Amino acid sequence: MRLRLVPEETHFDFMKFGPIGVAISGFFIVASIVVFFMMGLNFGIDFRGGSMITAATEEPADLSTYRSTLEALDIGDFTVTEISDPAGELTGAVPNQVTMRIEQADGDETIQQDVIAQVKGALTETFPGIVYLQTDSVGAKVSGELVQAGVLAVLLAIGAVLVYIWLRFEWQFSVGAVAALVHDVILTIGVFSLTQIEFNLSIIAAILTIVGYSLNDTVVVFDRVRENLRRFKQTPLAEVLNLSINETLSRTLMTSLTTLIALVALYVLGGEVIRGFSFAMIWGIVVGTYSSIFIASPILLKLDVKRDWSKPEDGGGAGTQFANIDA
Amino acid sequence: MAEIATWKKILIGLVCLGGIVLAAPNVFYATVEKANDARTDAANGAVLTPEEEQALAGWPSWAPSQVVNLGLDLRGGAHLLVEVAVEDVYADRLEGFWPEIRDGLRDVRDDVGTVRRVSLENGELRVRIGEEAGMPVALEKVRSLTQPVISLTGAGARDFAVTVDGDQLVVTLSEAEKIATDNRTMEQSLEIIRRRVDESGTREPTIQRQGEDRILIQVPGIGSAEELLALLGTTAKLDFHHVVGRAADGGANPGTGNVVYPSVDEPGVFYIVERRAVVSGEDLVDAQPAFDQNGRPAVSFRFNPSGGRAFGNYTAENIGNPFAIVLDEEVISAPVIQSHIPGGTGIITGNFDVEESTRLAILLRAGALPAELSVLEQRTVGPELGQDSIDAGRIACMVAFAAVLIFMVLSYGLFGLFANIALIINITLILALLSVIGATLTLPGIAGIVLTIGMAVDANVLVFERIREELRSAKRPGRAIELGYEKALSAIIDANITTLIAAVILFSLGSGPVRGFSVTLGLGIITSVFTAIYVTRVLIVLWLDTRKPKTVEI
Repeated sequence: MRLRLVPEETHFDFMKFGPIGVAISGFFIVASIVVFFMMGLNFGIDFRGGSMITAATEEPADLSTYRSTLEALDIGDFTVTEISDPAGELTGAVPNQVTMRIEQADGDETIQQDVIAQVKGALTETFPGIVYLQTDSVGAKVSGELVQAGVLAVLLAIGAVLVYIWLRFEWQFSVGAVAALVHDVILTIGVFSLTQIEFNLSIIAAILTIVGYSLNDTVVVFDRVRENLRRFKQTPLAEVLNLSINETLSRTLMTSLTTLIALVALYVLGGEVIRGFSFAMIWGIVVGTYSSIFIASPILLKLDVKRDWSKPEDGGGAGTQFANIDA
Repeated sequence: MAEIATWKKILIGLVCLGGIVLAAPNVFYATVEKANDARTDAANGAVLTPEEEQALAGWPSWAPSQVVNLGLDLRGGAHLLVEVAVEDVYADRLEGFWPEIRDGLRDVRDDVGTVRRVSLENGELRVRIGEEAGMPVALEKVRSLTQPVISLTGAGARDFAVTVDGDQLVVTLSEAEKIATDNRTMEQSLEIIRRRVDESGTREPTIQRQGEDRILIQVPGIGSAEELLALLGTTAKLDFHHVVGRAADGGANPGTGNVVYPSVDEPGVFYIVERRAVVSGEDLVDAQPAFDQNGRPAVSFRFNPSGGRAFGNYTAENIGNPFAIVLDEEVISAPVIQSHIPGGTGIITGNFDVEESTRLAILLRAGALPAELSVLEQRTVGPELGQDSIDAGRIACMVAFAAVLIFMVLSYGLFGLFANIALIINITLILALLSVIGATLTLPGIAGIVLTIGMAVDANVLVFERIREELRSAKRPGRAIELGYEKALSAIIDANITTLIAAVILFSLGSGPVRGFSVTLGLGIITSVFTAIYVTRVLIVLWLDTRKPKTVEI
């Protein structure tokens, strides 16, 4: 007996839900922007400068002891957080971990080497058996550049795929795909503002992968649309879109599910360091799958693809001259 | 479906086989790594210890021995990004030009009158001449002293730019010379950092120039960046100066030609010394940690012949006077000269412990950094966390892998099994590629592999869903499979190229974790397209050819 996620043939009228989908997404986009401006992102030291020390002790250590030890040093703002790793038992991670984040002093371009040395010295005195698992320190000069490079990377990636889809399909497809993409990126940033999960360099990597994945999904649907446009020349566009989404639905759900399985494994078992990253990816897969059906296609419907069939069919049909790639 | 040519089948088989062979050393990671270390030592002419001999025997020399290079986040180590203050050197260049200007203008004294140095600040050397009428001659003379810059871009440029401001000559470094100086400074800094790190005996450090004025240093296996910084953070410019006197505060007026330096081990004590060094660290040829006659840690040193001669002459003339040993503008010690020291060897004492004297010896042997370093970024991963990360990543990979394998078989039966074989080959190929190109595997890189596992099945899912559709329209199995591959191809190509675009942009713009992730993602896309399209197809064709099934269930 085979596992089937969806029946062999489905006839959902996705386009009827199009306006509702766009409305819901519109609401979430506005909500994301509002949340972003109200709460902002919890930028990690990669983007803000400062230091982060992760330490572990054999015995359970009191957070307030950490705080009072650091307070005595007079090093400016800091936060102390305990890391509880539910998968720690399974993966054998060091228990009793604590992360300390120390803010960068204003106007300091280089890292605060002496502050780290002071903190480590004082902690080693308070907790003799302490182990420093990780120390990260980023100066303001570099963190500024990292922000620029991150934003540039996301914009460039979006621009590059816009051009690629334009060449391979038609500009209407390109707009639909990029709208879905921007939608996913905005919603991801919204979720990070809302949850205040630390936003660092790996999250930028995650967002770029979401860009790739969201596109992947949209392109598979569009590819089928292009094919069906060639086959059913007289059928209204809405029906062609519905047909194409239904035909690819089984594949869409299969792939999203396998990717989600892999990511959930990473989220639960992958350790603290990549938890934020896997969370962003899981969210991105869910949103990306949704947007390729409920955002990209309705926009394509709205823009109306040019269907000029005066050219012979093997001349490329709905696509441009780049459309036929044979490997 | 039988159209796959035999040579293609063989080629595909060979690629898979090659991948397995090249990935194999990673299964025996520790053994191979030890054997490689021993082999490197042997190649460098070192005498092998019994353990190393054993390690060498552990992995045959004919077998492939390249393993995946693990990143600092996986094996522990320190990462430092430093900026070199390249403009520090500009003033030295101008300072060095001054005697030439003075001597040159002396030749035309009749025209220019007296020559006086006004100032050297903000990268400008100002020289006043007595006879303003002689300015054209002076300008001509100083310009003739400048040298052409030899570089690819600065053709025709001279090293110094000379302009006139009233009765003053203003000498600055030309842009072309600044660039050339920056490059020299960077190369020298890289070389000295490399020597210092190598001398401290760590393995496989990465020392790279980044951009105009930055250097990235990554040292695996080092417990803290502080250790590394202690080695790199100092300029280690050692000079021996004539002591003029002592002062109670650093603001004291030292008089012309003198400077005030603080003492390291006597708080509140300052020495007034001659600006010009008697002998400088550049004349050192060797430095070793040692002990003085009281058994306290010290550093012994040896000068080259010219340095030794200068030192010998100076000590002969100044018996009974103190001289200052100055390291990075601080007086380490100021011993009184007891007797003439010929032969160019000596010993530096100070308040050292053994560790400090060892470090100082390393610094002196490696030479002085031409300019100061400022640390922009520091990251250290302790070895404990490195091991944890590997374990967590490994478990996550295996669970993700197993889940996807089971899911595929449940959904597609025998064809799912074919896809799974392709997936295993896919991971093998990624490991083989990482080993061969020497890319570094980081924790985000493992995330990239896990993601590839999830997405690699996508191409197969696309193909299998297509085959199902074709079978529904009552086509023969062979024909349906062929059409399935054919029709899914354009979607597979488009979908993967878009992700590849993202991976390439990540790689070119990213640093650290972003880059590590993009490497495995990009490689994963390439290998997964290969395995999903070709490997599964060969497997299916072989199955069709041997079993000749009447119907296919998928």
